[in-house]
Amino acid sequence: MTAVVGPSGAGKSTLLRLCNRLEVPAGGRVLFRGEDVAQLDPLRLRRRVGLVAQRPTPFPGTVAENLRVAEPHADDAAMAAVLERVELDGSFLPRPAGDLSGGEAQRVCLARTLLTGPEVLLMDEPTSSLDPHTRYALEALARAQALGGVAVIWVSHDLEQVQRIADHVVVLVKGVIVHTGRARDFDAASMPREALEFLTGTGEEGAQR
Amino acid sequence: MTGDIGWTGLVTSLVLVGVAVAISLWRRLGLEQSMVWSAARAMAQLLVVGLLLQVLFRSRHSLGWSWIWVLVMVTFAAETVRRRAREVPDMFVLGLAAFATSAVVTLGVLFGLGVFPLEARALIPLAGMMVGNAMTSTVLVGRRVFEELRDKRSEVEARLALGLSSRDAARPYLRSALRTALIPQIESTKAVGIVFLPGAMTGLILAGVAPMKAVLVQAAVMYLVLGSAATTTTVVALGVSRRLFTRDHRLVPMTRSADA
Repeated sequence: MTAVVGPSGAGKSTLLRLCNRLEVPAGGRVLFRGEDVAQLDPLRLRRRVGLVAQRPTPFPGTVAENLRVAEPHADDAAMAAVLERVELDGSFLPRPAGDLSGGEAQRVCLARTLLTGPEVLLMDEPTSSLDPHTRYALEALARAQALGGVAVIWVSHDLEQVQRIADHVVVLVKGVIVHTGRARDFDAASMPREALEFLTGTGEEGAQR
Repeated sequence: MTGDIGWTGLVTSLVLVGVAVAISLWRRLGLEQSMVWSAARAMAQLLVVGLLLQVLFRSRHSLGWSWIWVLVMVTFAAETVRRRAREVPDMFVLGLAAFATSAVVTLGVLFGLGVFPLEARALIPLAGMMVGNAMTSTVLVGRRVFEELRDKRSEVEARLALGLSSRDAARPYLRSALRTALIPQIESTKAVGIVFLPGAMTGLILAGVAPMKAVLVQAAVMYLVLGSAATTTTVVALGVSRRLFTRDHRLVPMTRSADA
């Protein structure tokens, strides 16, 4: 599990969107398992590299209808199974997705993405609109996916969160990666000044938190 | 004959414009000028069209000229659609494609199956109904598809991120836009005869045609309008949504215009 941290506008979301080709780079290449993603079929790539957005984006209709957008042939058992992976259950299937709480909706979105069987899971600040309790639950769910063999890339604003969940850390400032390394060895004090201000909460970005 | 009001009749009917102007003056609506202007303009436009049609119908190549007339009408309609849906890209071309498709489908049926004889007297008015009555729905659907895909971008991109093709990702939004654009058309088709007597029928009856004959023509015209609206809206909806995605299934950036 890798965390990408950096101030707003550093290009964290853009980085994720490049990975599943919701955007294409103005220059350079994005490689997935050694292959340029520009050469891959975008629709198949997006099923291998799933994305969970910052805000929950439930589609109109029931939870089951939401899941069937990802996998039209999924039966109730398969859908209940994937809901259990995000700590919901089959009783949610007939419920309107619009009526769910923020945390539940975000889990349904995660379940929807898991149903495509991704090898990589891109999570773009998926907890930023959730309360702390729900946040910890979603972090644990993402950890569980990572332990289950799915590579998780988690974008975050929150250094404490990063230290709770990540194995690796990538620090991004103004579109440039300024640091990569193991989360265990991560030392905020060794970062360049701009990253440091943000990470230690002394810059204007830190003041927002 | 019944419908022949002559120049005296026309001038006399101007009394009614006078009534409207009088009301505007009395209630200080400030609309007198635009009332007079619009009445004068309508008369001038109709006289020119009437004159042209009269010359055209007498010409030896009346059918050829009629097709040119239709072409001009379609071009003007496409331009109007573009102006009324300014923020939607390529609306002129899409409008052109929509009305052209509709012409092939609807006029193809009406003339191909021999509902009306293919001659200038039938072609021009029917093409006019086909274009004129489908314009509002065409504009509506273009704007609606654009706004749906722009305002629900995160939803659309979430669908794309699940590996849906741009066609599949856009389908629910196209569906709702098409329904919104076509429902008023269906409502007015339902209300015909009960709430109002449509123009074609009114004109025929006033001109002395037996009401039952007029009704048959009017019904055919109503179906023409419905078929035309369905065709043009579908072409425009598919066209706009195609234009808003790239070939590799990405949603293009859309900016919110100032007047939206």
